[in-house]
Amino acid sequence: MTEPLLSIRHLRVYYGTSGDPVRAVDDVSLDIGEREVVGLVGESGCGKSTLGRGILGLLPYGARAVGEVNLDGQNLYELPPSAFRRFRGPQLGLIFQEPMTRLNPLMRISEHFSETLKQHEPKLSDGDIKRRSLETLGRMGIPPTRYEQYPHEFSGGMRQRIMIALALVLRPKVLVADEPTTSLDVIVEGQILALLADLKKNFGTALLLITHNLGIVAEACDRMAVMYAGKIVEEGPVRDVFREPAHPYTRELLRSTISLETKELHSIPGSPPNLIDPPPGCRFHPRCPNAMRVCAELVPIEQRLDERRRVLCWLHGPEQLVPSGGELPLEREAIGIADEA
Amino acid sequence: MRPEPVAPPPQPGPEDAPLVSVRDLKTYYSIRGSFIDRLAGREAGIVRAVDGVSLDIRRGEVLGLVGESGSGKTTLGRTLLGLVRATGGSMQFEGQELTGRSESEWRDLRREIQVVFQDPHASLNPAMTIEQAVGHPLQIHRLMRSKEQIRARVIEVLEHCGLAPGADYLDKYPSDLSGGQKQRVVIARAIILNPVLLVADEPVSMLDMSVRAKILELMMALKRDLELTYLYITHDLATARFFCDRIAIMYLGKVVEIGPAEAIYADPKHPYTQALLHAIPEPDPERAVPRDLPRGEVPDAAMPPLGCPFHPRCPSAFEPCGWESRDLRELFESRWALAAGEPGVEEEQALVGDLDVLARPSSKVRLTAGRKAPEIVGLLDRIRAEDPAEPFWRGIERMEADELSVNIDFHEPHEPQLEQVGEVEVSCHLYDPTITQA
Repeated sequence: MTEPLLSIRHLRVYYGTSGDPVRAVDDVSLDIGEREVVGLVGESGCGKSTLGRGILGLLPYGARAVGEVNLDGQNLYELPPSAFRRFRGPQLGLIFQEPMTRLNPLMRISEHFSETLKQHEPKLSDGDIKRRSLETLGRMGIPPTRYEQYPHEFSGGMRQRIMIALALVLRPKVLVADEPTTSLDVIVEGQILALLADLKKNFGTALLLITHNLGIVAEACDRMAVMYAGKIVEEGPVRDVFREPAHPYTRELLRSTISLETKELHSIPGSPPNLIDPPPGCRFHPRCPNAMRVCAELVPIEQRLDERRRVLCWLHGPEQLVPSGGELPLEREAIGIADEA
Repeated sequence: MRPEPVAPPPQPGPEDAPLVSVRDLKTYYSIRGSFIDRLAGREAGIVRAVDGVSLDIRRGEVLGLVGESGSGKTTLGRTLLGLVRATGGSMQFEGQELTGRSESEWRDLRREIQVVFQDPHASLNPAMTIEQAVGHPLQIHRLMRSKEQIRARVIEVLEHCGLAPGADYLDKYPSDLSGGQKQRVVIARAIILNPVLLVADEPVSMLDMSVRAKILELMMALKRDLELTYLYITHDLATARFFCDRIAIMYLGKVVEIGPAEAIYADPKHPYTQALLHAIPEPDPERAVPRDLPRGEVPDAAMPPLGCPFHPRCPSAFEPCGWESRDLRELFESRWALAAGEPGVEEEQALVGDLDVLARPSSKVRLTAGRKAPEIVGLLDRIRAEDPAEPFWRGIERMEADELSVNIDFHEPHEPQLEQVGEVEVSCHLYDPTITQA
């Protein structure tokens, strides 16, 4: 296998609190290949956004990150902050959830672009800046006639297109998109997803798409990682994971997604745990319909199902490490609405 | 002209009479323009948020009101709740007229009509305990005075909404609860007065997928137990499918399709309904097909398109749909966006000149071009040859250059009206027998 473009190794991100830290990302490893679209899914509070921001080194004050984020073989976490910053933009881009709040209302669209390009590519002439900006905006469907307008003159979907263009104009190798369509209407959401799915074709960009909607993953991604309570519990090609989810959490998430084909409503009891003091053993065991005795006691060990799939669940072994009687169903109290998400 | 005498409508028994009957309802907002406009007392315009909607909500049914942002669905809900004033038309609730009521009359009525909003975090006062929040309506309406009585009733509704034992929640604050629990509290507060009608405005769209089903199930159980009637406002036809007996699809202030839910899902008639259904991502990569989505977004309701409001985005639009100046502008703009950076685009922009002359809606366009007029017509012919299937071209009746200008006449715009087609009513020229397709 060739070296992945972006390789995250044993990344941990902790948020400081007055007591014990919140372990929002806890020993996560993930690869993203060139021109690959990887979906990162999970419920709110599972650490998806923190992982996305950890990759870019954009963590709030009070957060601490350790591990490796390797881009083209360079570990960004070893670099001094000023050198890391030079990677952000030209190499690693970020698209946020709320397009309304990310554009400066006092700046024209043209000024957003010239500021960005001048910061990262000071040698570009004004003509080149305009040409490149208009080209990128055009591919996102924003006509050149609107280049001198202000953000308030655009609709929500147009603003998100502008945000994407603003990230792409620097031609990053990897783009992290954190719920890029959550605040958009369903038709506009479809339009933006089509643009994102075409990024690899049109811009050669790899994409990490963070979402809670599995429909979006099915539509736009090549590979997917499922995150629960700070850990990646399953990873694999989208088709394989949807056809045969290996982790009970993935299966339950799939069952609770409401689509036109849904025949009956389903939900996962309880809610993701508090990440200050997560449950012992497998973190999903209190909500897991398949939980065994071993799940409450021992932390599961990552298993490879095949070359491209891995899962963190005792159902997939290793059997020799399960103590005798460990495979019996776990007896526990029913989960009430008191613990609901 | 004297109106023809009409036979008095049959007097339906109270059981079959609709609970809510809305006729030609209009809710307009006026836009405050610039400072100068205000000094001069000018109004910058009006937004027809709800523009002539007629519909019934039958007792015990769930009516889904579906559309994108800007469709007017939320404004219609708010008008029914008396939170915004209707500009015209009528709405009756249990036979009483609601328009033109005073605020205090509305207050009495709100015992019967309650609401659940989209954002449970914003719907609860962070400084009120759950007991205060849920019991507040009882105090406002002075239905119960003793603290013990109120507390007992609060516990009862909390438990009815799944928050059991209710006593455990009384002293909690909204910040102690998860999103799903907060929405349960909001629903408990809405049912504590035993309302007849519940307006639910996107009650699950802010919640995680894993809890949406639970809240929908709760709402269905409450409907059964309390014999509620719902107006379910949403942009999501997937959740509406589980919930609604009938569906009304709104676009830019108007109902474009309305009928039994089954009929609408089985055979959507309006191209907009079809688009909304197509746009829902299917969580099955084996079935993911490239989707044909309508271009663009919901237009500005202050200046709606001529003719059918959906025509600029509609893949099936044809001659009578209301083609006009702004569609020509859009044609140029999307062409130049697609080809930005390629040679020739700047020349085309220079040739056509300022597009702002096309901003005013009109089905007759004069582009002042002088000697360049034939060149512009030539450009339009070239664009047409590149994609003759583009619906826009069907809208042009006449296009020619004279010595001063390019003159384009579009076909006369016709506004579609709701017509019965099979089991549903649709407002679309495709189904209008008086319009024959060329």
